[in-house]
Amino acid sequence: MAPTKTASVSGRKSAAKSANRTATKTTSKEFTGKNTPEFGKEQDLHAYREMLLIRRFEEKAGQLYGMGFIGGFCHLYIGQEAVVIGMQMAQQEGDQVITAYRDHGHMLATGMTARGVMAELTGRQGGYSRGKGGSMHMFSKEKHFYGGHGIVGAQVSLGTGLAFANSYRGNDSVSVAYFGDGAANQGQVYESFNMAALWKLPIVYIVENNRYAMGTSTARATAQSNYSLRGSGFGIPGIQVDGMDVRAVKAAADEALEHCRSGKGPIILEMLTYRYRGHSMSDPAKYRSKDEVQKMRSEHDPIEQVRLRLIENGWASEDELKAIDKDIRDVVTDSADFAQNDPEPDASELYTDILL
Amino acid sequence: MPIDILMPALSPTMEEGTLSKWLKKEGDKVTSGDVIAEIETDKATMEVEAVDEGVIGKLLIEAGTENVKVNTKIAVLLAEGESADAISADAPKPQAPKAEAPVAAEEAKPAAAASVPAQPKVEVTSDPDIPAGTEMVTMTVREALRDAMAEEMRRDGDVFVMGEEVAEYQGAYKITQGLLQEFGPRRVVDTPITEHGFAGVGVGAAMAGLKPIVEFMTFNFAMQAIDQIINSAAKTLYMSGGQMGAPIVFRGPNGAAARVGAQHSQDFSSWYSQIPGLKVVMPYTAADAKGLLKAAIRDPNPVVFLENEILYGQHFEVPKLDDFVLPIGKARIHKKGTDATIVSFGIGMTYAVKAVEELTKEGIDVELIDLRTIRPMDLPTVIESVKKTGRLVTVEEGYPQNSVGTEIATRVMQQAFDYLDAPVLTVAGKDVPMPYAANLEKLALPNVGEVVQAVKTVCYK
Repeated sequence: MAPTKTASVSGRKSAAKSANRTATKTTSKEFTGKNTPEFGKEQDLHAYREMLLIRRFEEKAGQLYGMGFIGGFCHLYIGQEAVVIGMQMAQQEGDQVITAYRDHGHMLATGMTARGVMAELTGRQGGYSRGKGGSMHMFSKEKHFYGGHGIVGAQVSLGTGLAFANSYRGNDSVSVAYFGDGAANQGQVYESFNMAALWKLPIVYIVENNRYAMGTSTARATAQSNYSLRGSGFGIPGIQVDGMDVRAVKAAADEALEHCRSGKGPIILEMLTYRYRGHSMSDPAKYRSKDEVQKMRSEHDPIEQVRLRLIENGWASEDELKAIDKDIRDVVTDSADFAQNDPEPDASELYTDILL
Repeated sequence: MPIDILMPALSPTMEEGTLSKWLKKEGDKVTSGDVIAEIETDKATMEVEAVDEGVIGKLLIEAGTENVKVNTKIAVLLAEGESADAISADAPKPQAPKAEAPVAAEEAKPAAAASVPAQPKVEVTSDPDIPAGTEMVTMTVREALRDAMAEEMRRDGDVFVMGEEVAEYQGAYKITQGLLQEFGPRRVVDTPITEHGFAGVGVGAAMAGLKPIVEFMTFNFAMQAIDQIINSAAKTLYMSGGQMGAPIVFRGPNGAAARVGAQHSQDFSSWYSQIPGLKVVMPYTAADAKGLLKAAIRDPNPVVFLENEILYGQHFEVPKLDDFVLPIGKARIHKKGTDATIVSFGIGMTYAVKAVEELTKEGIDVELIDLRTIRPMDLPTVIESVKKTGRLVTVEEGYPQNSVGTEIATRVMQQAFDYLDAPVLTVAGKDVPMPYAANLEKLALPNVGEVVQAVKTVCYK
């Protein structure tokens, strides 16, 4: 069967029909930017601030890594900001978020503090895990953020378990489980899809398709690179979304969350996105051309899109945007200062939090 | 104020590199994300991006310079309106990493100063007293396990059981018999054959605050799920700085059954016992099975509860009490004795018990300890016994290398060397995959004769 034929599998068909008002559902990987609803001034300003915070935070994290304050692996989210912010703008209090190791953006989006996240990156006592988790392992019970997981694909089963708990308790919370195009080839992802569909669990599976699983392009790693179709064997509907456009993400998120809350079970959102930086700090990203990166940056940058709208609509002046930039730089600088000066965890922390 | 641009470390191990190329020159305007230089690390050529906005005021290191140490000042960035005069006339000398940087802190300290804090001692309470006159009921391990789950599910609505064939089929080994009828399909959940997936679902539900009992049809199949057990269940509490953990029980039959061949016959006790963040329980009697499973379900930590198919049908006396809960982490002295100590657990106890009977006939009075919990291990009880007898034999069915017995032997040697009158001997399964042929299977497992002989050897008899 030709890959495109799978688009007509029943579950996909019905959802795609309802989704095409707000999200692109073509099988093409080009970002069409069509059918996206407009944001109002407040929404655009909010999205701008939140995405810029992630961008500046990540740039600072990269710098602190270069200075030796952050160790080990450090995976930056630069370029993908619209995905988590668009999702977060649609979520309600109590919805759980879980992701893999490219997680700083997700944490900031849930409202976790820049100080707490940055101090965890530097391994200090003021970090969210008191310095014992690091870049890839952070959590916030208060913000319903369940990690921060270093094993590719594991968070998909765990996120399905969060959805199971919602279903068990009969509440109306939805679990939002993020994974990459690389994780999408892990077996437990499909084990989870099966159970989620079987038990109609309230979960939005988000494939952040940034085109590269570390250094392997989707074309070289996957037989069906339209990830929104990956649930069709289980009757799970899927929508392909321009993940560089925060409005398209928000619109798709609204539909997906409503789908889950109304008891229809899981749904997949494939976010077509792009990471500007290498896989981790030590990745020179030789597997793609500079032109490719530059084209994405200049034509599809999620923050620049919003900035232009704000200016064109007269919703913010250059000066006002500069003031926002400065506020955000202040928050990020403050977090970096804190993260460099906060003490390392006390040696006694070595043996705490192993068992309750 | 001018901003220093430093030579960045671009891998977890990089200490220096070559500044191969400048892509910006003095006077160029840069914004965040602009590539300003290329550097060569030990592994690759990497681009250096600007973090701040401004104008390149001065390039301090020439392109092509090798061995530029990490954190050396390589350029100065001027903010809007600043003049190059603001740059101090610093020679481009390598700048030491800030004192706060962990790397620097480590170097500054003499090696001996880094003292490791002592591992905290965990006090485990003793078994509860059974009131005099308590009725003892004879039941199978199977029934005891079922009763434990049913009692805990009645007590706490957050407890549920999930696994293959646990509901409609009433349990592949009938451990969950009757639970579906009492608690319904919401709390007794049949899963597809999907160990990796449902173990992860269980852990996720536990992270959300539920208390799942995940049944593996056998622990052989849990090998598919071991990543979720170890990386997700056992480590989350630590990695979250105590914010969230996984109150979950993974249970099912472990070890060899009978004539099921290599892939279905393996004891995982020593595997799981190595993992900080897990508790590992392996009961022998029905009373222990009941009291410890109830404790495991209530425990806020992940517990691996290793049962045995052959023990399921064996009968033991269980005290008839409303709420019989035993402490995890406490060994039980199965029989007191003075001449030698045997430590065993789970099905290993069946060999030990018979060996003790034979040895008694031969005039050797053995103290038999049932470890019950493999982790945390009740070593004090073992050492107390060794202090008395001076001789120790361990008995288990698992593979001999890195077995629970070798761990006990090591720790007794370290902590009670002066009390030992003979080397510790370990009786274990043979170092082979489990064969199918009846005669070979028998040879692969430990036997009573081996235990008897080992005790005689340590007694020099």
